[in-house]
Amino acid sequence: MTLGIDWALPRAILREYNELWIVVITYLSAAVMTSVLTYFFLMLTARLAQEMLFDLRNRMFVHTQKLSVEFHERYTAGRVIARQTSDLESIGELLAGGLNELVIGGMFMFFTAIALLILDPVSFLVLLGALIPLALLTRWFQVKTNRGYRKQRVASSRMIQYFVETMTGIRAVKAFRKEKRNEKHFGGLVEDYRKHNAHLIQLFGIYDPGLIMIGNMTVAVVLLVGGFRVLDGSLGIGVLTASILYARRFFDPMEEIAIFYNSYQSAASALEKISGVLEEEPSVPEPSNPVPFENAKGKVRFEGVQFQYSTGPVVLKKFDLEIPSGQTIALVGTTGAGKSTLAKLISRFYDPSLGRVTIDDIDVREVANKDLRREVVMVTQEAYLFSGTVAENIQLGRPGASLEDVMAAAKAVGAHEFITRLPDGYDTDVNKRGGRVSAGQRQLISFARAFLANPAVLILDEATSSLDIPSERMVQRGLKTLLAGRTAVIIAHRLSTVSIADRVLVMEHGEIIEDDSPTTLAAGDGKFARLYKAWRDSLV
Amino acid sequence: MPQSESSTFKTLMRLVPYAKKAIPRLVLGIFAGIAAHMFALAIPQFLQDLVNSLVAGGVDALIPAVGFIVLLGVMEAGFVLLRRWLVLTPGTHVEAGMRNTLYEKLQDLPVAFHDRWPSGQLLSRAVSDLHLIRRWMSFGLVLFVANFITIVAGLFILFTFSFWLGLIFFVTTVPIWIAGFAFEAKYKVVARLSQDQSGDLATRVEEAVHGVRVLKSFGRGAFAASQFSSQASDLQSTEMRKAKAVANIWLYLILIPELAIGLSMLAGVWLVAQGEMSVGTLVAFFATAMVLRWPTESLGFLLSFTLEAKTATERFFEVMDELNPITDPKSPKQVADPKGLLEFRDVVFRYPDAAEDTAPLLDGVNLRIQPGESVALIGLTGCGKSTLTALTTRLYEVTGGSITIDGVDIREVSRAELRTLIAMAFEDATLFSSSVRDNVLLGNENENEADLKQALEIAQAQFAYELPDGLDTTIGEEGLSLSGGQRQRLALARAVAAKPRILVLDDPLSALDVDTEAMVEDALRHVLKDTTALIVAHRPSTVMLADKVALLEDGKITAFGTHQELLRNSQHYRYVITSLDEEQKEREVNI
Repeated sequence: MTLGIDWALPRAILREYNELWIVVITYLSAAVMTSVLTYFFLMLTARLAQEMLFDLRNRMFVHTQKLSVEFHERYTAGRVIARQTSDLESIGELLAGGLNELVIGGMFMFFTAIALLILDPVSFLVLLGALIPLALLTRWFQVKTNRGYRKQRVASSRMIQYFVETMTGIRAVKAFRKEKRNEKHFGGLVEDYRKHNAHLIQLFGIYDPGLIMIGNMTVAVVLLVGGFRVLDGSLGIGVLTASILYARRFFDPMEEIAIFYNSYQSAASALEKISGVLEEEPSVPEPSNPVPFENAKGKVRFEGVQFQYSTGPVVLKKFDLEIPSGQTIALVGTTGAGKSTLAKLISRFYDPSLGRVTIDDIDVREVANKDLRREVVMVTQEAYLFSGTVAENIQLGRPGASLEDVMAAAKAVGAHEFITRLPDGYDTDVNKRGGRVSAGQRQLISFARAFLANPAVLILDEATSSLDIPSERMVQRGLKTLLAGRTAVIIAHRLSTVSIADRVLVMEHGEIIEDDSPTTLAAGDGKFARLYKAWRDSLV
Repeated sequence: MPQSESSTFKTLMRLVPYAKKAIPRLVLGIFAGIAAHMFALAIPQFLQDLVNSLVAGGVDALIPAVGFIVLLGVMEAGFVLLRRWLVLTPGTHVEAGMRNTLYEKLQDLPVAFHDRWPSGQLLSRAVSDLHLIRRWMSFGLVLFVANFITIVAGLFILFTFSFWLGLIFFVTTVPIWIAGFAFEAKYKVVARLSQDQSGDLATRVEEAVHGVRVLKSFGRGAFAASQFSSQASDLQSTEMRKAKAVANIWLYLILIPELAIGLSMLAGVWLVAQGEMSVGTLVAFFATAMVLRWPTESLGFLLSFTLEAKTATERFFEVMDELNPITDPKSPKQVADPKGLLEFRDVVFRYPDAAEDTAPLLDGVNLRIQPGESVALIGLTGCGKSTLTALTTRLYEVTGGSITIDGVDIREVSRAELRTLIAMAFEDATLFSSSVRDNVLLGNENENEADLKQALEIAQAQFAYELPDGLDTTIGEEGLSLSGGQRQRLALARAVAAKPRILVLDDPLSALDVDTEAMVEDALRHVLKDTTALIVAHRPSTVMLADKVALLEDGKITAFGTHQELLRNSQHYRYVITSLDEEQKEREVNI
């Protein structure tokens, strides 16, 4: 541009156009180069950004899956979801929009400054001086937004948590007319989030014009200083014009960089939250040198085991227990006696506070997770179905199983009949949380899942509570084949299930108070005998 | 192309009612934005005079010119400040307002809607889509209009400098518009795809978190992760398509103005050489052209921003446009002095998405429950018992026939009143994150302490007193985790505490042990003495609670009477309720 005016123009006035052509062609080819390179640059940064985001997403997903049940109970589903959705999005925003802005803007400013230095060092010094207020302003913005974004992330995850809870429990919300109260509460959370947002935006609303102000003042000073020098005759007009243009252009990307900086601050606090999750160590960690564990026999032993939640009271008092391989154990006792906890120690949802749990004399803590889960499967009362077809839900027990295997498993637990009656049979979509499948049917499906998984140790935690009696009958017939040659721990409130057990453990207040075969216990005069009699009486 | 243009416009116009209050400030904000640009444009104007006067050698021209430029600079910054102040706070109000409206709408929509929509999709609409719309409204829209007007004004100024130069500049920029239209068509599609895919991904995350126990007990974490990863990679490639479209438009937006400047330089220098233009004018022309560069380049990202806002708006309205078939009647009737006579007349129900050729799930249910009577509903799993209970509070709406309370059709009373008359306990006990007290008194109008105490006692939920903070202990999602049996007892207490005329209990004792169950049943009997009740049951023990038994079979009530009567007369009943088949009896004998 300067060349155009200071060099080519005087020549052109003399009817010498060669210089003009050179300048124009150079300029045009530079333009083509710039735009084509920008294109590739944009593609490159986008790829980089997407790769990073993809990686982070996966890491986050895998990590939360790895974390123990204890973590999920403490951290709550809503917050984990917030971390994996809105927090990751704000990082995505930064990577998608911000990265190229920063690089382009930064390079642009750098080269503009260099060009100015070469063109006119005095103006360059003026520009350098402008960096002082710039740094001060940025520091102020950084401190303020740092605090603000942290609060905003907390407010946003609260809001998400409440939203998810409402939508998950919509039936109860409606049945108990909680809508109005919810609206008020959610409205409060939304307003809280809005306030934090508005505050942050206002900060940026001061920062951005502040930058413009600094930019404009710099131009004015360059002009003033340069103007005197032109009048001295020590500076060409072309140089002055170019200096002013450069000084002005130096600040052009400032707004974009400010925007980037703003989303950087937002992403930084999101990343802080995310890394909070990523730093969580699974409380049931994978062993670093796992002991090989295959074709387990299923001999389970508790050696001096005691369990309590991190600071809570003792849930299971210190005890020893051996379950020979192939034995079917029934755990009986009031709710809260510690039955589920005992079962969860075998499948390593928790680790014992004292002592150790072994399978085939190997401490479960020394076994790789994937090996342990292959040999020990737990079916719980909450039969969660994932969106997808019925077949896919059963296949979860053994991904890649053929449809024949799936059907065989369903037949074995007596689920086949109702499944074939569904609109699309095994290909029926179970919808959200199995909306279209009854609670009992859900339990049958999760039973089939366990059947398909074919583990050495099977734990059924209230897995038949919602079944009607005919289905239960069917399941029990299936159980006989299923449990043959397998170690099983059955927790059931209905004593009908107990009758198929080889051995009954009665629990109360975290202790095993009776331990014998069902026949012996029923004939005695203990708690089980009493329960058994009550149950017999309730039958028809 | 004009078609899609108008539809983008039309879609975005639908935001107007939500943005009503903010519009005056938005418009002022646009003016402030334009003013800021104008001052930015004016600076080079003065440069022209300055350079010209310096050529003339006038010292006196320098100081005022610098002064002017300082003034203009202050004005520009001032107007940017004003624009932000005007536009941004109301934008957050619009966002919050829309979010609350969406939430209200979602709570109002029937359960059938929620069955159909994964909550991840709802979440991504309520959070990220609205966030995007707000940013667009207070930032994208304002800049878009302001930049557009700046470009037009800038072109006009260029024309006043030199008609020919201006013309060259203008003609060269025409391809930008063509590229812009092509871009719009392409980008709209991928933007929508990407938002939907993020919603799906959110659903996947949600399910994996809620179902983490299942995934863990089967050791399927890695399997779920690979599914997640493949979905995330779909989203990634959609994002790359978006990036490609954006990079493409940037190419044109950078290249074309530069070409225009290059050509103008050629022409400009020639014009000066011909003596048809002053050097100062040429300098000012370029300075102005430079100022136009940013607004022109920004059009690309503003355009993509606008298109994303459009698809986000569409997604928002997909939910808002959903018709709610279950609404309050225009003039709701009151059930004066309710007795609690619950009657089902020829009730037919079919899930809206059930196949046409299948028989309805409920196909002519007739059942009359006298005031104060309790009826156990028995039937095979999946025969529609839970659905029938959900019909009573209009969680789902009957497809045919009617349900009446004291002779009044439930569709003629308001939903709030209906749900005061009837309290439910669901099998999967949903508790909310608040105190035990709040959870149990959820349906109790007066939040009566005595009712709370009584309900906890009836449901055998005294364990609640022993929680760390007693009845003020936070439970549910954010709080202490309770066992299945404990949750179920609190949900039962909640239904009892509501003191309804009619109690509808869906297998309320399934997770209880035999001892506790017996105690709950004893206590419940007192409540049921004068409360009408419909109880879904699987076990004989629960059946004993009720005065009568209704047997649901193939969508109809095929038998109704006392337990003993049905045992005698109904073979299907014996099949459903008798637990001792031959094989088992043998075992029993052995025991």
